[in-house]
Amino acid sequence: MSKVLGRESTLSRVLRSWQLYVLLIPALVWLFTFAYYPMYGLIIAFKDFRIRAGILASPWAQPLLKYFQQFFSTSIAVESIRNTILLSVYQLLFSFWVPIVFALLLNQIRGARAKRVVQTVSYAPYFLSNVVLVSIISVLFSANGVINNLIVASGGEVKLFTSQAQYFRPLYIGSTIWQSMGFSAIIYIAALTGINPEYYEAAMIDGAGKLKRILYIDIPLILPTVILMFILAVGNIMTVGYEKAYLMQAAGNTTVSEIISTYIYKVGLQTAQYSFATAVGLFNSVVNFVILFIANWLSKRFADISIF
Amino acid sequence: MKKAMASHRHFEARTRGDMVFDALNAVIMVLISVIIIYPMWYVVIASVTDPKIVNTGKLLFYPEAVYLDGYSRALEFPSLTFGYLNTIKYTLMSVAVSLCTTIPAAYSLSRLDLPGRKAIMFLFTFTMFFSGGIIPMYLTIRSVGIYNSSWALVLPAAVSVYNLIVCRSFFDSTLPIELLEASKIDGCSDFGFFFRIALPISSTIIAVMALFYATSMWNTFFNALMFLQDDNKMPLQVVLRNLVLANQLSQGSSGAEFAERQRIIDQLKYVIITLSALPLMIAYPFLQKFFVAGVTIGAVKG
Repeated sequence: MSKVLGRESTLSRVLRSWQLYVLLIPALVWLFTFAYYPMYGLIIAFKDFRIRAGILASPWAQPLLKYFQQFFSTSIAVESIRNTILLSVYQLLFSFWVPIVFALLLNQIRGARAKRVVQTVSYAPYFLSNVVLVSIISVLFSANGVINNLIVASGGEVKLFTSQAQYFRPLYIGSTIWQSMGFSAIIYIAALTGINPEYYEAAMIDGAGKLKRILYIDIPLILPTVILMFILAVGNIMTVGYEKAYLMQAAGNTTVSEIISTYIYKVGLQTAQYSFATAVGLFNSVVNFVILFIANWLSKRFADISIF
Repeated sequence: MKKAMASHRHFEARTRGDMVFDALNAVIMVLISVIIIYPMWYVVIASVTDPKIVNTGKLLFYPEAVYLDGYSRALEFPSLTFGYLNTIKYTLMSVAVSLCTTIPAAYSLSRLDLPGRKAIMFLFTFTMFFSGGIIPMYLTIRSVGIYNSSWALVLPAAVSVYNLIVCRSFFDSTLPIELLEASKIDGCSDFGFFFRIALPISSTIIAVMALFYATSMWNTFFNALMFLQDDNKMPLQVVLRNLVLANQLSQGSSGAEFAERQRIIDQLKYVIITLSALPLMIAYPFLQKFFVAGVTIGAVKG
């Protein structure tokens, strides 16, 4: 009896909320068209996709994993996976801590106005597009650009930054730090602002200087935010910004700049090998998802912080 | 009295270590600001300086020989005008469409009494961590029939799940449940509450969302490359990219005529970088309040 009543009330609750569902419709239409329908499209990784026949009518690949095997039989597979992982791991190592240090230091600036000015300046580059960013790199670091001019003036030799492989990663990661340090710091700055001033007062009475206050109050208290950001960063390790990598590619640096996603774009859209490129993309997404899952599990287990 | 003051002074007084720290910190902050500003400043200055001086590669702090031909030439460059107008059009469309999809959905998902709320939220959140990828997206755009139209840029970007979560957190924290209950007693429907009560007090989040969506559409590049075909539909970012590439290609050639052409192209490059970044650079100091608000709201929920 009560079960029936409970059921009825769920149904009537749904009916009573119909207006809330109407408000959701546009976003749900988007969700199914542009997020889940493409996921359904992933099955072409297991088919010999013909654009005329469509997804359903295209025959299954023989064997089913034909395109995955094809990918792993090429030398580009190992190279692009390696390039993707190295680029993201280096990026994580070199850029993750920078906004945290910046936020901690900025938080110690005494003048409220100076603090605001520096902060506002710091996230200006975030509003630049990748195209503009890479264009700025290409003019500053070109053979006759400002940087090379400075190097020559101080007795060095002209370096071909934008076309030689050894400069690709430093430029890529350096420009990421330049562009996103201020933006990434916002979250840490907000966390620092939320710290109860009584902690500082108590520490000052005990004679703790600024450095000690940073080490023993600020850092422990923003640690949960840091861990959360770290999981998110680890969870995106395979989705390193392919737009910038693509834009920074030059004939001389593809040995390090060809990452999985730029490779997918080339074989998929420029040479129309749809099934093959989708298989490569699926491999990338699955690996990324597994890494995210492991990172989240570890942090849930050891720090009790989780994103889902 | 004197004693009290002395102890107060003692409390405020900075140790020598703190003074060293403050001095070092100030130096670091100035250095960071210079490193961030200078590259952008250089490009702006180079766009109004005689290319002969710019090409020597010296540091520029102010325009040594003002040269505005770049700007007048840029205006004669048809693809730039097209690109600019296209980008403005796509940005306006995107903001309008995205606000209409994101804000109602975020409100709905902020209602704890929405049956199935958790499941629907999961469907959205899942897409942040797993997606179909480039090729299935491209095929979707084709099969929906919007390839090579404005909608090919606007519709896929209609909802950003991150923005949706930020927006929902805003409603979570600004609309007290008592307000809803009181309105319900007065016979207010869900539509009525959303349109007449929730929306009017949500101008902050509307501004934040408009800013987030506008910035991302203004800067869109790869989607345009994939989902558009006609040159006259390309947004500014693609036009800028083509110009920079054109420049690189002609680097191998020589001759007096090429040198002259090269100068024009070099100048144009600075002009177009400046023109394409300028609107956001001018707008953001005024909008940054909303911007920081948005990021902070998002961080609360994570």
